[in-house]
Amino acid sequence: MAQQGTQRIAAVNRAAAAEGVCPGLLLTDARALVPGLSLQPAAPAADARALAALADWCSRYSPWAAVDGADGVRLDVTGCGHLFGGEGAMLDDLLARLEDFGIDARATIADSLGAAWAVARYGGEVATVLPLDGAAAALAELPVAALRLSPAAAGGLQRLGLGRIGELPALPRAALAARFGREVADGLDRALGRAGEPLSPRPPATTFWSRLAFAEPIGELADITRAARRLTQQLCSLLAREERGARRLELRLYLVDGEVKHVRAGLNRPSRDEGHLMRLLAEHLPALEPGFGADLMLLTAPASEPLAVAQITLTGRELPADDGELGLLVDRLGNRLGMVNVARFAPHQSYLPERAVEVVPPLAPPSDTAWAAAARRPVYLLPHPEPIEAVAEVPDGPPVLFRWRGLAHRVRRSDGPERIAPEWWQRMRAEAAELAGETRDYYRIEDSLGRRFWLYRQGPYGPAPAPPPSWYLHGLFA
Amino acid sequence: MVRERARQEVVSALRRRVAAIERGGGDRTVVPPLTLGAPEIDGNLPHGGLARGALHEVLGGPAEGGGAAPGTALAFIAALAARAAADGGCVLWCLSRRGLYGPGLAAFGLASERLILVRGANDGERLWAMEEGLKCPRLAAVVGEVGRLDLGQSRRLQLAAEGHGVTALLLRPGAAGAVASAALTRWRIAAAPSAPTLGYAGVGAARFDVELLRCKGGRPGHWLLQWNEADDEPDDGQGGTQAGAFAVAAALADGPAVPGLAAARG
Repeated sequence: MAQQGTQRIAAVNRAAAAEGVCPGLLLTDARALVPGLSLQPAAPAADARALAALADWCSRYSPWAAVDGADGVRLDVTGCGHLFGGEGAMLDDLLARLEDFGIDARATIADSLGAAWAVARYGGEVATVLPLDGAAAALAELPVAALRLSPAAAGGLQRLGLGRIGELPALPRAALAARFGREVADGLDRALGRAGEPLSPRPPATTFWSRLAFAEPIGELADITRAARRLTQQLCSLLAREERGARRLELRLYLVDGEVKHVRAGLNRPSRDEGHLMRLLAEHLPALEPGFGADLMLLTAPASEPLAVAQITLTGRELPADDGELGLLVDRLGNRLGMVNVARFAPHQSYLPERAVEVVPPLAPPSDTAWAAAARRPVYLLPHPEPIEAVAEVPDGPPVLFRWRGLAHRVRRSDGPERIAPEWWQRMRAEAAELAGETRDYYRIEDSLGRRFWLYRQGPYGPAPAPPPSWYLHGLFA
Repeated sequence: MVRERARQEVVSALRRRVAAIERGGGDRTVVPPLTLGAPEIDGNLPHGGLARGALHEVLGGPAEGGGAAPGTALAFIAALAARAAADGGCVLWCLSRRGLYGPGLAAFGLASERLILVRGANDGERLWAMEEGLKCPRLAAVVGEVGRLDLGQSRRLQLAAEGHGVTALLLRPGAAGAVASAALTRWRIAAAPSAPTLGYAGVGAARFDVELLRCKGGRPGHWLLQWNEADDEPDDGQGGTQAGAFAVAAALADGPAVPGLAAARG
């Protein structure tokens, strides 16, 4: 509980507070006050991590959970109370669980974030649920610091003899603003719910989520799988109602010991096919280590896309998508090896060989362009053309001998040249001469062993003093 | 555990085969075999072609260090995969490195909309991807560029291929030699000088030195195979590339097509 420089107390527990030790006290003073004081160095980074984990855990109550400052967690529980039997019961449940973890916490539910913040930190009660429009009354007796003011503003109000929030609304706003800027007025508005305040959720909140709580924690794979299947069904029916399909899935298991386990899966195309989603999740379930078991499971679709209603057959079942099995395969491959590593070639209209191929997602609709059938192209194109030493008989002719990767190749037959000029529209500002230097003359070459290569000469031969153009190997033919 | 499951798969595969024989359908002849389109080679293979839903091995793929030209083996395997996918279905190609070139493969009949590429960082990932692909009946063939695999891994591929009727084509480095594998056939593909054309000094139709090293239930063979490209007639607006076809240029009793070829290949 120490801070560097002049060592001060950063935080205290309840026992130390009872002895009169408070944050900000000099270490020496604290030692003098309580001779046997137990001290730990402050670890703000670890504290922040622990708080983030706690906010994560709190998402069991509402998907809109965020870290608040250095010592708080804020939740938007609008519409979540009924899941726990009312907001009061929800708060009791939260505090009881936190106490089990050994966390000393205070919680408040209020209409506005400002009011909840103030009452939780400065109100006397451990748990408070403010009634609707009860913020003004509840805040009246609290110190002005509860408005989340800077120490300067709070001190200024104190010096004016304004110690209680209840004394502020009576004052003219213009006078307050003139003295303290907007800070005090804004703080008051936020606390009384007159000004909105967005809550940035820790993970991006989603509209599609399903939730399953268990009376007894579950830890068996079969149970978890069964629960995941029910969650998937719920999620799919929610998605169907909105005519959307999930692009990403996240399953969270809230373990009894406070840890949160995540299972994430991505989809190549939006889907709300129960079987498909379930198979993607099921793959990861055996690797979970549920420890003493999970008492809550939450399935969300953090990303979704519009997906039209599928055709319904007479039996009422949705027809399987045309590429259902292929889609599943592609998703499985992509989830394990990375989505960028699963792809398809698509023709792209360009004369440059390296630009004639576009890499597109594997299930993208086929394009209507095609590669020119007449042009002979290699089956393998080196990612980067490799410089070779080549000997040509006549300046403008094909080489008769070349050396590539240390091996000499004697040219037996050759085709060409096929002149491929850079696309001038790609570089409007380039000089004509510069462009001419990038012109490539391609030759198809067969060496004495029958191996066929694609070589090119970069740029034309110039007058005598200019260096001879260089040769490159670019592709391998069948 | 794994071995137990593998054994169960063997037993169930055998049961299926027995059931097929009892129905009078015979072994694999129910499914038309995968032909090369060259009668001399197809006739040499049992059932008149490569068995579908089985593992076949092609040597001559990219070596670890680069070096010799792998274009011929790539083209051979692309043509095989394209023939497997000729009546519908896709091809999954498990790549070991960048560079496979779509326009070149299309000339061997493997159209880009039929080809799904997946890149694995190592042999383990590629083998896993192959096995996943072999379990998907919407695929016609799975091609895998695999450097090293043992008998057990090849047997797993063979079982997955057999269980779902998807053809598995392994592309292995030319140096991968005598390691035992469960593949039904093993081929070695090398380049051969193109056909001389009267009055034309340019590069002629591509030729392949095709060696059938091992064939379950058949005899090895050695041929000089030529790829005859489709006529480069002006495109009729269909946009598609017309695929060519294989034809045997010469049967090679023994010895290489060109003196000194074997020595150069080492």
